[in-house]
Amino acid sequence: MAPGTLAAVLDVDGPAAPPRSNGELVFSAPWESRALGLALALNAGGKLEWEQFRQELIRAISEWEREHPPGEEWSYYRCWLAALERTLDQVGLVPTDQLLERTAAFAARPHGHDHRHYDHEHHHDNEGHAC
Amino acid sequence: MTTDTTRVPVELRTEALESILVERNLVDPKVMDTYIKMYEQDIGPMNGAKVVAKAWSDPEYKARLLEDGTASIAELGFKGPQGEHIVVKENTPDTHNVIVCTLCSCYPWPVLGLPPSWYKDPAYRSRMVREPRTLLSEMGLDVAGDVDIQVWDSSSEVRYLVLPQRPSGTEGMTEEELAGLVTRDAMVGVAEVAAPGEG
Repeated sequence: MAPGTLAAVLDVDGPAAPPRSNGELVFSAPWESRALGLALALNAGGKLEWEQFRQELIRAISEWEREHPPGEEWSYYRCWLAALERTLDQVGLVPTDQLLERTAAFAARPHGHDHRHYDHEHHHDNEGHAC
Repeated sequence: MTTDTTRVPVELRTEALESILVERNLVDPKVMDTYIKMYEQDIGPMNGAKVVAKAWSDPEYKARLLEDGTASIAELGFKGPQGEHIVVKENTPDTHNVIVCTLCSCYPWPVLGLPPSWYKDPAYRSRMVREPRTLLSEMGLDVAGDVDIQVWDSSSEVRYLVLPQRPSGTEGMTEEELAGLVTRDAMVGVAEVAAPGEG
């Protein structure tokens, strides 16, 4: 990995950033906070075994590190989301085919409808590998 | 394979997942929003800074903290997910501690909030184990050659927190004033706490 990766990140989120502010930006996009909140709420309700999820997270991260094409940007929450999907598929709460059905239905919505989290202008993010 | 979600944009997958989970009463949207707000606004490194400041000011608390991190941190009201087993590592003139999670970015959420992006970066996770001195130096912390660097990898249920060294020139300061000096980076172990006026 390029040593510059870390330095580049540090420019925006290192010693130069207010390190102790409780309101600092911890998510780079709204969907990341939703993905985090889903896992926490499922766990709080006893629907998600944290260790099982964590093992899937470890697997998703190591798959990304092994398989991602050079230059693909690292995204922790992409792995987080993949791990959550897999865990929910395994325990049968949300089988993957049902999830894909719903994403297809949402994608078919007419432009300009009232959507909270999905922005049609941001289609560049669909080239994911592993996570 | 038909069950691959990776071709679908993440925003769409997250929204679809949320709608299904809420529809099936598996997720309470209010609980979810509370968690998000909590980690975006309320829980952050200030909690850890209070723990450190108390340990600097109260030797008995410090002894308890090093003995049983989880219980001593809970004494101050800080507990919750990812805080079930917190171990505190004390920096000394001879030993510098730094934390990492090579596998999945485990982090002591109740005291530090959510991890910063560099903590989750593959470069940080692999290099901190392999070449901590070099990486720390790149991050702006030069650890003297005769100081031992201990890297704590949170690979089990254990979450670590670094108790930084109290800087000189802070003898007369109150706990609250001390807490104001302690940074997140110092509690991860990638920085030291600067003396007042040097920050």
